[in-house]
Amino acid sequence: MNHDVYSDAYVRGILTNHRTIAMVGASPNTSRPSYFAMKYLKAKGFRVIPVNPGQAGKEILGDKIYASLAAIGEKVDIVDIFRNSEAALAITREAIRIGAKVVWMQIGVRNDEAARLAEEAGLQVVMNRCPKIEYGRLSGELSWAGVNSRRLSSKRSLLGAKGVQHRVLKAAGD
Amino acid sequence: MTADRKPGFNTLAIHAGAQPDPATGARATPIYQTTSFVFDDVEHAAALFNLETFGNIYTRITNPTQAVLEERVAALEGGTAGLAAASGHAAQMLVFHTLLEPGDEFVAARQLYGGSINQFTHSFKKCGWTVRFADTTDADSFRAALTPKTKAIFVESIANPGGIITDIAAIAAVAKEADVPLIVDNTLATPYLVRPIEHGADIIVHSLTKFLGGHGNSIGGAIVDCGTFDWLKSGRYPTLSAPSASYHGITFAETFGNFALAIACRVLSLRDLGPAISPFNAFLILTGIETLPLRMQRHCDNALAVATWLTRHSKVAWVNYAGLPDNKYYALHQRYCPQGAGAVFTFGLKGGYEAGIALVSNVKLFSHLANIGDTRSLIIHPASTTHRQLTDEQRMRAGAGDEVVRLSIGLENADDIIADLDQALAAT
Repeated sequence: MNHDVYSDAYVRGILTNHRTIAMVGASPNTSRPSYFAMKYLKAKGFRVIPVNPGQAGKEILGDKIYASLAAIGEKVDIVDIFRNSEAALAITREAIRIGAKVVWMQIGVRNDEAARLAEEAGLQVVMNRCPKIEYGRLSGELSWAGVNSRRLSSKRSLLGAKGVQHRVLKAAGD
Repeated sequence: MTADRKPGFNTLAIHAGAQPDPATGARATPIYQTTSFVFDDVEHAAALFNLETFGNIYTRITNPTQAVLEERVAALEGGTAGLAAASGHAAQMLVFHTLLEPGDEFVAARQLYGGSINQFTHSFKKCGWTVRFADTTDADSFRAALTPKTKAIFVESIANPGGIITDIAAIAAVAKEADVPLIVDNTLATPYLVRPIEHGADIIVHSLTKFLGGHGNSIGGAIVDCGTFDWLKSGRYPTLSAPSASYHGITFAETFGNFALAIACRVLSLRDLGPAISPFNAFLILTGIETLPLRMQRHCDNALAVATWLTRHSKVAWVNYAGLPDNKYYALHQRYCPQGAGAVFTFGLKGGYEAGIALVSNVKLFSHLANIGDTRSLIIHPASTTHRQLTDEQRMRAGAGDEVVRLSIGLENADDIIADLDQALAAT
């Protein structure tokens, strides 16, 4: 698969078909991008499980930090990698072992060998993207910040149940 | 998996950034004429102020009408994000406020809109920023003007008022060597004629007042972040690369990636300096943009007809329009904007300063005023108006000598535009 470009339908499918994200490299530092992404994705209804061996046992946003993917005792759909490109290979192998459905590498993170292994094992792969930005881009929320969503639609954006300033990819109950 | 189909320019001009209003179904973009927006709850308010989520707080920073305009302009330019401002000058101020610290320098083409020369030379001095001017027709002159303090290069794609087509790629190469962003003012060309990002621009600024709005009814400006510059590499742009004391230590380039500049210009410079565009102006400009491709082509076709006619007039000394085959910028016009050379150009009167004054007094269809890019044809004598604050040398170098008349050709019948010039020249 070509990982230079993803169709909106592919990314939308991943973000609407899955609910549990293990975030590897999640930081308890409230000024870090991973903290921003975790907070946003939780607000969109995702269960986000932080993974960070150096912070294991502590909490981020009320969720317990695990030392590794293998240490998580529940089903994980998406493994979101907030680490460097080299580290992504070992994390991807672990993601395959725990039965994850998607390996997602953050902006600036790309490992084509890891992508190949994951796809051979039947996982979907996204590289060099942020799930928060993709969610905001596809839902229309990011357009409030003047960001080019590269998306045209003659349909209304979906409003979330939480209030008028929340847009969602899937209506509640869908 | 195939990539999504890329819509054409005409389609983007109408649809980019605009969806039916989710609350009412309104198909045209509503004018959200409100100062403020209620928070969904306390948590939501805190997340908005921390930049942890996207949404609207206050119209000085974001507004849904403005947001459609911003995304529209960004999409037409092919950038990652846009930011609208109260005017083109405000847009420039916001960009430089984000990029520069006191003591910093930038290099700008000396062939610029006279107002930009004033802003850069005098007002920016009060911020401790120094402009060094170079020749937009000579990329090497930009290299020669670089110093260790240079933080950016600024040019106009089609220079006002001289009708010069800038070799953007050549100057972009100088910017790349120096590892500084290239800022291109694309006001006179609009993205219909030139897309600077395709030639190496990192930031694009616009006066939306001109051809984008196109109807001479609203002042506005815009910044487009091309998403091409690595703000973290050199560490010379601390607003983007260092933890922000204004937002609990977040680093903009890390948190917002390839649209960090647009966000920083908004949530720091626009928030603190305050030159927001009004929702009503944003709406009028958006409406104008929907017909940009049609209008811009007519502007260019009319301009070529008028310029060609002027070359044959006995009282006209010269015509500087890049669309004329014998013009020295004709090759650059063919390379950068083959659809047209714009609709603003200058010509020289054999009668000098006095003839210039007489001509602007004798026209009946042309309006004598200090704007460009209107549906109406406009005329001005720069030496006695827009460029009169400059020194004689600056005026000459900006292409605004005593005998120079600037035209902005409108959308009327070309025959009527020519007939007005004919009668006015006869009476001059």
